[in-house]
Amino acid sequence: MKDFSDEELERYSRHIILQDVGIEGQEKIANSKILVIGAGGLGSPVALYLAAAGVGEIGIVDGDVVDLSNLQRQVIHATADVNVPKVLSAKAKMEAINPNVKVTVYQKFLDASNILDIVKGYDFVIDGTDNFSSKFLINDACVLANVPYSHGGILRFGGQTMTIKPHESACYACVFDSPPPANAIPTCSSAGILGAVAGMLGTIQAAEALKYIVGVGEPLYNRLLTFDAKTMNFRNVNFKKNPKCRVCGGEGIKEIKDYEAVVCEAKL
Amino acid sequence: MKLTINGDVKEIKDGIVLSELLVIENVEMPEMVSVQLNDEFLKQGEYQTITLKENDEINFLYFMGGGA
Repeated sequence: MKDFSDEELERYSRHIILQDVGIEGQEKIANSKILVIGAGGLGSPVALYLAAAGVGEIGIVDGDVVDLSNLQRQVIHATADVNVPKVLSAKAKMEAINPNVKVTVYQKFLDASNILDIVKGYDFVIDGTDNFSSKFLINDACVLANVPYSHGGILRFGGQTMTIKPHESACYACVFDSPPPANAIPTCSSAGILGAVAGMLGTIQAAEALKYIVGVGEPLYNRLLTFDAKTMNFRNVNFKKNPKCRVCGGEGIKEIKDYEAVVCEAKL
Repeated sequence: MKLTINGDVKEIKDGIVLSELLVIENVEMPEMVSVQLNDEFLKQGEYQTITLKENDEINFLYFMGGGA
């Protein structure tokens, strides 16, 4: 149980009066621990909304520093933060919004040697990374550690997201199996992204995390939500967990391994 | 024959295999889609051998690797 102060009761009043959240739901949020991997286009809105919502502990992972070209979409960072480590820039904004939130920073990139230990300590994980080797690694780690998470991907004007409850709903590899060949990947800096699209997808991921913590509604289990901001068409594609999935199936993975990192500059 | 492609019902010529549909639907990089046929995800190597039939439902799910 958590005893909210008068300040917190007022701060969270729009959650507390919200049917399906209430004081009980706000307590669950305050007692939850969520890990945001990547403090970029997706991680920025996710971290801001989770901090504003009063998530008790938020971990944020990124090994990079803020670059001027990030500011078109990575709304947690400001012009004065250029060259500052992204996790420190993010932590300052999150604490400015809500000093009740404990922010833990991991100023590093995740790999097979460290991801399991970090992920294990959280109730829910947000994938806000920008490459397939990280996305598949996060999926593997969350399946092995049995931690639910939100997959998110964006490209140009489009986005996709699904929520994964390991061993119960389909995982990322049930749908996409393995990283695509490096020479085919139109991601990274040269494909481009409409900044607001990162915000659209990131706020969906934040809502999914809060839904999961509160236990309300229907998470994006066994379906991929995709949208195209050019047409503003949103679509759900339904599927089932694949019993033969390379990662979460009967013969699934037993240990964590790195995927080959894709070198963005090699093509396009 | 009628096929449902990414949620839209379309009239497509009879008897084509999946790899031909990828061309018709302008999927320029087949490596960058996961193809779902009637709820099952296919392997890349199967596209040339699977003949489509009336009322099949096909989804092309694009890999999206961005996020930063």
